Amino acid sequence: MQKIQLTWLRKNLFNSWYNSLLTILCLLLIIQFIRKFVWWTIAEAQWQVVQVNLPLFLVGRFPQTSYWRLWIVLGIITFLIVITWSVFITQKNLIKHKFINLLVPWLAPTWLLSCPLILWFMGGGLGLQSISTNLWNGLILTLLMAVISIVISFPLGILLALGRTSNLFIIRWFSILYIEIIRGLPLIGILFIAQVMLPLFLPTELRLDRLIRGIAGLVLFSTAYMAENVRGGLQSIPREQIEAAKALGLPTPLVIILVVLPQALRAVIPAIVGQFIGLLKDTSLLSLVGLVELTGMSRSILAQPQFIGRYAEVYIFVGLLYWVFCYSMSLASRRLEKQLIN
Amino acid sequence: MTHSKPPLWRDHRFWQIIVQLAAVICAILIVVILGLNLNRNLQQLGIKFGFNFLQQEASFDIGETILSYQPTDTYTRALLVGLINSLRVAIAGIFLTTIVGITAGIARLSDNWLVRNISLVYVEIFRNTPLLLQLFFWYFAVFLSLPNVEHKASVLGLIKFSQNGIELLGLNFSPEFSTLLLGLTFYTASFIAEIVRGGIQSVAKGQWEAGRSLGLKPSLIMRLVVLPQALRVIVPPLTSQYLNLAKNSSLAIAIGYPDIYFVASTTFNQTGKAVEVMLLIMLTYLTFSLIISFLMNLLNHTVQIQEK
Repeated sequence: MQKIQLTWLRKNLFNSWYNSLLTILCLLLIIQFIRKFVWWTIAEAQWQVVQVNLPLFLVGRFPQTSYWRLWIVLGIITFLIVITWSVFITQKNLIKHKFINLLVPWLAPTWLLSCPLILWFMGGGLGLQSISTNLWNGLILTLLMAVISIVISFPLGILLALGRTSNLFIIRWFSILYIEIIRGLPLIGILFIAQVMLPLFLPTELRLDRLIRGIAGLVLFSTAYMAENVRGGLQSIPREQIEAAKALGLPTPLVIILVVLPQALRAVIPAIVGQFIGLLKDTSLLSLVGLVELTGMSRSILAQPQFIGRYAEVYIFVGLLYWVFCYSMSLASRRLEKQLIN
Repeated sequence: MTHSKPPLWRDHRFWQIIVQLAAVICAILIVVILGLNLNRNLQQLGIKFGFNFLQQEASFDIGETILSYQPTDTYTRALLVGLINSLRVAIAGIFLTTIVGITAGIARLSDNWLVRNISLVYVEIFRNTPLLLQLFFWYFAVFLSLPNVEHKASVLGLIKFSQNGIELLGLNFSPEFSTLLLGLTFYTASFIAEIVRGGIQSVAKGQWEAGRSLGLKPSLIMRLVVLPQALRVIVPPLTSQYLNLAKNSSLAIAIGYPDIYFVASTTFNQTGKAVEVMLLIMLTYLTFSLIISFLMNLLNHTVQIQEK
């Protein structure tokens, strides 16, 4: 046993003189860093700022008496995610397979139905006490903005990708123009357009909510990237598939809907998860245009006089929240990719 | 038997033209409606469209300039100063992030367990948290908590850190510039590391073995055999990372580094010229993107297989 450990050490850490040197150097650095970091977390850091404001970070100023509604929303989402995940990652077990096959056709409609339900639980109305969107802050706002934006940009992105690969000259050039302009601009500029310029382009009577304008900016942005991802999937479909479908006498729209898109979208699921991770991180920019999502909330908490200077604690905690979501999704996406290849 | 022409609506070319005409008409209608709205809204606000304001006195100060600049200078001058600041941080960032990214990418494949995993932890932390948050962290939690100027911390006397920024070999960098540069560098490098790792792994194992059987040292195999082949895979996604870095440099506004976006935003706040300012910003960043794409395409041509 001891011998195996020794050979492992020799093979992985001390197999040559420079590797040994590198190992020792790295060890010294790591020990130094960990000692300082642990000392800081235990002795110097004041974690009350996180403890006291935990509800603010997670759900913002959502009224405490209505927290049960958020718990229901969380329950619905967890349930759906578990079901969806088990559908995608099917074991080779035959009985389980049959049961899951029964679920598949219900998956998409259930997700679609759950959207208004979730919004109803969060926003109220129709018998529930209504809660203003001003009170939706913190982590739930971050997640909400990212999810809504990706859901809206999905169909738009597919249309734009079809436009870009279409053989209709004008439609193709419109699509290319839109995609390339948006991809050339920084997101903060697009959010500025949505916040400041969108109201200028709309009739004066139409006053859009700040949240809606934020979503509009994210959708403008994310649609262009979605289109490029979907285009990658479209290009991966061999020409013979289209020719075969045409030979069967299908008209072009049906060829696209029945033959091309199902295969193309399957191929781009990992890329779309990747884009969602990016979008989730990018929602932090909404804090620069006045939305109080997770990053914005951390800034307004840091502005309170009793927590001044507690930057490291707050930013590490908030960073950890983002990290947990992004990392778990990237793990899931890698798993999916393996599943799709097999 | 006469060969009658099929009716017009059975001809797919007819429909192609109709659909495109409809698209053009829709686009024109949308532009006209939006334009009318814009015109009316601007009239209500009392703002006239035009770029004359560029000649007016800017009357705001810019913290960090390479060109000489006073608040009495014009908006054009202020925007130019911002543009140069943007270019400065973007060019330095692209240079540094390439070095850090390639180092971390190669470290991910090291046969030293510790080095491999340090690089892994670095990549997963920096890739999975927002850049904006990282910038706030660098700026508020790191730079503002550094010792003040009298008690500079220094590494081997070459680099000195203090609240007033970084001093490297007599060159002084402001905390805002240093934050933005460090933030952009380490964030983008974590993506580049994965690209480099993927590129090197895409080179077939047989190439390593062939190199070794010729008696080449590992470092030479890397440089002469593997890297030239890996570059073909690496360069295209690297281009989009450089583009991202250039665009992300606009986050300067969050920590108060006066780049083009920051100056343009201040200009908008003072003049209310939203449309003009936005057009300027779009023009600037699209030019950035075009220049980077053009240069990287040149590079891409040199690393691709030359077919004879």
